[in-house]
Amino acid sequence: MAAPESSAAAVPTLYTNNALRNAFGGVLAFFILLLIGVMAFSIRLFSVIKYESVIHEFDPYFNYRVTQFLAKNGIYEFWNWFDDRTWYPLGRVIGGTVYPGLTLTAGTIWWLLNSLNIPLSVETVCVFTAPIFSAFASWATYLLTKEVKGTGAGLTAAALLAMVPSYISRSVAGSYDNEAVAIFALIFTFYLYIKTLNTGSLFYATLNSIAYFYMVCSWGGYTFIINLIPMHVLLCIVTGRFSSRLYIAYAPLVVLGTLLAALVPVVGFNAVMTSEHFASFLVFIILHVVAFVYYIKGILTPKMFKVAVTLVVSVGLAVCCAVIAVLVALVASSPTKGWSGRSLSLLDPTYASKYIPIIASVSEHQPPTWPSYFMDINVLAFLVPAGIIACFSPLSDASSFVVLYIATSVYFSGVMVRLMLVFAPAACITSGIALSQAFDVFTRSIKFQLPGIASNTEVDAAETSSSTAEAQNDVEKSEETSKNRPSKKSKKKEKEEKPLPKAKAEKKRLLALPLDSSVISLLLLILLGALYVVHCVWAAAEAYSAPSIVLTSRSHDGLHVFDDFREAYAWLRHNTDVDDKVASWWDYGYQTTAMANRTVIVDNNTWNNTHIATVGTAMSSPEKAAWEIFHSLDVKYVLVVFGGLVGYPSDDINKFLWMVRIGGGVFPHIKEPDYLRDGQYRIDSQATPTMLNCLMYKLSYYRFVETDGKAFDRVRQTEIGKKYFKLTHFEEVFTTHHWMVRIYKLKPPKNRIRGKTKKPKTKTSTTSSRAKRSGTGKKNPWH
Amino acid sequence: MEAPIRATEFLRFTLLSLLFFVCRSSPSQDLLISNAERRIDLTSHIVKVYLTLKVENAGSTPTSEILLAFPPTQVDHLATVEALVTKGKRKKTTLARLDVKPTELPDAPNGTKYFTIYLSNPLNSGESTTLEVLYLFTHSLEPFPAEIGQSESQLVYYRDSALILSPYHIKQQTTFLKTPSTKVESFTSVEPTNRAGTEMKYGPYEDRPPYSFSPILIHFENNSPFPVVEELVREVEISHWGNLQVTEQYTLVHGGARHKGVFSRVDYQSRPNLNGVSSLRYLLARLPPRVHSVYYRDEIGNISSSHLRTDSRKSELEIEPRYPLFGGWKATFVIGYGLPLQDFLFESSDDRRYLNFTFGCPLLDTVVDKLTVKVVLPEGSKDPSAVVPFTVEQHLETKYSYLDVVGRTVVVMEKKNLVPVHNSPFQVYYTFKPIFMLAEPLMLASAFFLFFVACLAYLHIDLSIRK
Repeated sequence: MAAPESSAAAVPTLYTNNALRNAFGGVLAFFILLLIGVMAFSIRLFSVIKYESVIHEFDPYFNYRVTQFLAKNGIYEFWNWFDDRTWYPLGRVIGGTVYPGLTLTAGTIWWLLNSLNIPLSVETVCVFTAPIFSAFASWATYLLTKEVKGTGAGLTAAALLAMVPSYISRSVAGSYDNEAVAIFALIFTFYLYIKTLNTGSLFYATLNSIAYFYMVCSWGGYTFIINLIPMHVLLCIVTGRFSSRLYIAYAPLVVLGTLLAALVPVVGFNAVMTSEHFASFLVFIILHVVAFVYYIKGILTPKMFKVAVTLVVSVGLAVCCAVIAVLVALVASSPTKGWSGRSLSLLDPTYASKYIPIIASVSEHQPPTWPSYFMDINVLAFLVPAGIIACFSPLSDASSFVVLYIATSVYFSGVMVRLMLVFAPAACITSGIALSQAFDVFTRSIKFQLPGIASNTEVDAAETSSSTAEAQNDVEKSEETSKNRPSKKSKKKEKEEKPLPKAKAEKKRLLALPLDSSVISLLLLILLGALYVVHCVWAAAEAYSAPSIVLTSRSHDGLHVFDDFREAYAWLRHNTDVDDKVASWWDYGYQTTAMANRTVIVDNNTWNNTHIATVGTAMSSPEKAAWEIFHSLDVKYVLVVFGGLVGYPSDDINKFLWMVRIGGGVFPHIKEPDYLRDGQYRIDSQATPTMLNCLMYKLSYYRFVETDGKAFDRVRQTEIGKKYFKLTHFEEVFTTHHWMVRIYKLKPPKNRIRGKTKKPKTKTSTTSSRAKRSGTGKKNPWH
Repeated sequence: MEAPIRATEFLRFTLLSLLFFVCRSSPSQDLLISNAERRIDLTSHIVKVYLTLKVENAGSTPTSEILLAFPPTQVDHLATVEALVTKGKRKKTTLARLDVKPTELPDAPNGTKYFTIYLSNPLNSGESTTLEVLYLFTHSLEPFPAEIGQSESQLVYYRDSALILSPYHIKQQTTFLKTPSTKVESFTSVEPTNRAGTEMKYGPYEDRPPYSFSPILIHFENNSPFPVVEELVREVEISHWGNLQVTEQYTLVHGGARHKGVFSRVDYQSRPNLNGVSSLRYLLARLPPRVHSVYYRDEIGNISSSHLRTDSRKSELEIEPRYPLFGGWKATFVIGYGLPLQDFLFESSDDRRYLNFTFGCPLLDTVVDKLTVKVVLPEGSKDPSAVVPFTVEQHLETKYSYLDVVGRTVVVMEKKNLVPVHNSPFQVYYTFKPIFMLAEPLMLASAFFLFFVACLAYLHIDLSIRK
C-alpha cells in the first residue's frame, strides 16, 4: 500500500494506527485466502464422500497408469517408455507423446511423501492432485486480480474461482486430468506476466518463462497463452502503451519460453515450426522494431527522424513483403496450413465436422448450448459485462489484458464445450472485479450517509477502505499505479490530481448513492452471491461428482449400484491371458489398459485415424468380415458396451454412427446411408438389413430377447428389429451383471484341409458350402 | 479313460503292498490295532478323515509312541493331524489332546511318511487305549472331467485305500465314506462294500497285515464351490493409541473343474439351479466382534457387493466377488478392518506386552495355500517373539509407516496349506515403552515450531543487499 506509507513519515501516531490496520488487513486477507484454499479443496471431495476414492472417467486412467509407471521405474525409463499395450501392433511412444506436467507433478508429490515415510499410494496422490491444484489456482487468481484491481477484487475473484462449476467439473477428486494442473499454470503464468508488466522486473520475467514452461509441460492449451500474450502486447503497442516494462515482460518470455518449450518432447520443434507459435515471433519482431523506433526517436532530432522513417519504411516494406511472401508460400504448401486439426477447428468451427469426424465425435468438442453457460458459470454470466466496464475505468495495461483475455476466451468457449474451462477463470476475475467494485461503491455510500460515521473525515473513510483490504476506489488505484509505474500517462494524471485534494473529496461525495437504494442493492448482491454458492455446491455434489465408471440410481427400494465396467475389467484382468488383445471402441481403450492390463487396438489418444477406422469398419461389418479384420489384428476378445437392459444411454449402439462415419472415411465400402432408414437411425423392425447384420448390433443384442421375451431396448425405447440369431464366429465369454459390458471371444479359425469338410451340422448347409468351396476352388487352387 | 487308470494303479499298489509284506519294519512288532474305524467326509472340498483306533500293546515293553502312516501322495495334501485320547472310564470320559509330530523312519517302505503320536502315559504291555485321530486333506478331489461347461455339474475323483495304511497289524477295520449327494458315478468295490444313500461302507475287513493297501477310486458329484486362497497376506498393525488395523490381501481361485466355453449371463440369471451350480457366488468371513471401518476393495477400487452383520459375539462379513467365480477363475481383493486394541493386547506377568490374535484365514471353508501373517509392532518396541501352536517359518522385517524414523519391527510368519482348523490363537510378545507413543506428535510439533520460528526470523531479518 503506497498511500499510508507516504503519510507515515509525517504523522507517527497515524502511522502506528495504520500499520496496525494494515497488519490486521494482511492477516485477515491471509486467513481468507487460506479458507478459500480449504474450500476449493473440500468442495471437490463430494465425489470421494458420495462414491469412493477412485480415478474418474477415461483420460485420467491413462494419466494414472503413466504415473504408476513413473513411480515404479523412474524418470529416465519414463522418457523412453514405449508402450506395447496399446495401439497394437503399432504401439505408442508414451514419453514422447504425452504432456508430462501432470504425471511429473503427481510423481514428485508421491516421491516426496514417500521419502518422508508417508506411505500414500500412487492412486491416492493422483485422486487428490486436482483438488490441491484448484486451491493453488484460486490463490493464483487472487494474485492476478490483485495485480489488476487490488486486494478486494482479488479475494472475491479467488472465492468465485474456488467454486466455479465449470472448473469443478474438471477437477473433482479423482478427475486426474491435464486440465487439473493446467488451469493453475495458466492463471499463474498470466499473473507473472502482469506482475512483470507492472514492475518491469527481470526476476518476474524469468519466473514467467518458467511458469510458461510448466504450462507447456501440462497441457496443449499452452498455445492459448502464447497467442494471447502477443495479442496483448500488440494491443499495447497499437494503443501507444509501449514501455520498457512491456519489453521486459514479453521478450524474455518468447526467447526463454520457446527454448524451454522445445525441451518438452511432445512439443519439440513444434515450438518454432507450427503456425500456433507464429504470432508470438511476429509480435516479437514488431516489438523490437517499435523499441528501435523509440530509441532512434530519442537520439535523433524530429527532422532527422522523419527522414529516417521514410527511408526505413520504403526499404523495410520491400523486405517485409519478400519475407512474408516466402512465409505464406511455406505455410500454404502444407495441407493444414501448419495448424493442427484441433486448432483449426477452433478457428473454423465447421472444420472438424467436415474433415475430421474423429474430433467431431467427441462430445466435449461440441459447441456448448446456452443452458450449459448457466450451468457452468451461473451468475457470473451476468457479472462479466459489469466487470469489463469496471476494467475500463481506468484502463491500465493489466486491466486491458483482462478484457482481452475474456473476449478471446468467450469466443473459444463458444466453439468447444471443453474450453469453457479457459473461460471460467476469466469470468471469475471480471466478476470478482465487478462484485468488489459494486460492494465498494455501496458500502462507501452507506458509510457516508450513516449518521454515526458521517462526522468522520473523508480521508479516514478512504483509508479504511484501502487498509481493510476490502476494496479500492479508482482514484486511489490511479494513485497507486502512479507510484508503482512512472509511465507517461499516469504521471500526467498525478500532476492533475496532486494540487486538488479537496476536489477529490467533493467528487467522492457526489459519487455516493442514496442510502436505501444502496442497502437494497447490497442485499441483492449478497443474495446473488448466495445463489451462486448454492448452485456451485449443488453442481459439485450432484452434477459433477459421479466417477462415470460406477453408476448409481435411486429407486424406491434404495440405492442401486451399477459397477459393471469394473466387473468386466476385473474379469479380463484375472481370467484372460496376459498378452491377449482386446478390441473395443476407442472410448474404452485407456480404461482397458489401466484397469484390465490388457493390450488394446485403439484408445482415447486418437492419433491414428486409420487404425480407429479399421475397428469402426469391423464393428459395422457383418460377422464374417469383422472376424477376418479382428483376426488379422490378433484380437482375441471383443468388448462392447450395451445399455439397453438398464437404460444406460452412452452405450456403443448410440455411438455406432460415429464408427460408421469414421470407418467409412477411410474404407469407402462402409456407407452411412446403408445404416439409416430414410435418414433416421433406428434399430427396430424398420432398420436396414445392413444395420441388423452388422457386428455391433449382433454383439449388443445377442440373446437379449431371452431376458424379457420381447427384447425391449430401454435406451432407444423400442423393440429391437432382429431378435433371434446365432453367432457363428464369436462366442460370448462374459456378460456383466446388468449386461452393460459384454465380452466375446473370437472363435479359432477352422482347419483348412482340402478335400475334408468339417463335421456337418445340417446336410443342406454342407452341400451349399461344399458347392461354394468347389466353385472358388477352381478359381484359386490354393484357397 | 477310467478303466485303464484304475487297472494300472491297482496293479501298482498291489505290487507295493506285496513288497511291504516282505520287508516288515520293526515298530509293528509290539503294537497292534484291535479295531479301527475310519469316516471320510467328502462333502466339501476339504476331505476330513476321522479315525478311531483301538491300540493294544502286545509286546513286552511299555511304549508311548504310536505311528500313523500316510502314502507320499497324500502327505503332500495333508493339512493337519490331530490326535485325542479318551480318558476316564465309562461315562466320565474326557478327551485329551496329544502331541503329533512328523517322523522319519530309516526303512520306510516306498516313501511312506509317518507321524508319531506321543501318548501322555506309556502304554504297558497288554493294555489298550482308544485314540481319536482327525486329519484333513486339501486338493485331494480331482475334478473329472477337468473342464465343464456352465450347465454341467462338477464331478470329482477321490483316491484312497480301502484298507488303512498302518505299520501295525489291524485286526478289524471299517471305512465309511460320505458323499455330498447320492449321485455317485462309479466306485471301486473291495468286498464287502455297501452303498446306501450318501454313505459307502468298506469292510469290515479282518486281520490285515501291516502296510496293506487296496486302492479305491470314487467318482461322484460334488457341486460345492472349491474356494482356494492361493496367497493370503494378513497384516496386523498395532497402534498403542487404541487401534488394531488388519489388512488382508487375497488371491482367490476356484479350484474346481475348469470352466469351459461360453459364459451366458442370461442362463446364469434365469436358471440359477441348473446353471453354474458349482460357481462361487459369495464368501463368508467371520471377523472378531466390535470390528469397525471394514472395507472390501481391489486394485481398481471399492467392491460394492458386501454386507456386514455384527452382534456382540462375532461379526460376519458376506462378500461377493465382482463376478461369480467359475472353475479356474481368479479374483484378487483386499479386506481391511479396525479393532479395539484392548480386546487383543494384554500385559504379561513379566512386564511385556503380548498380542493375542487368530492365525489363519477368516473366510469360512477355504483352503489357503500360502499364508503370511505380518505383525507390525509399534515403533520402538523391542525383543519380539511369537508363540504359535504349530510350526511356522519366522523372520523379522522393518517397515516404515507414517513419519517413522527408525521403522517398525514386523514379525513375519509363513505357513503353507492351511485349513479352517488352523484358526487358532497365537501370541506375539514384545516390550514397549509408552514414551515412544509421543515421539511422532512431538516431532510434528517441533517441525511446526521450527517452521514458525523460521517465518518469524525471515520477517525480522532484512536480507536485502541494498539499503
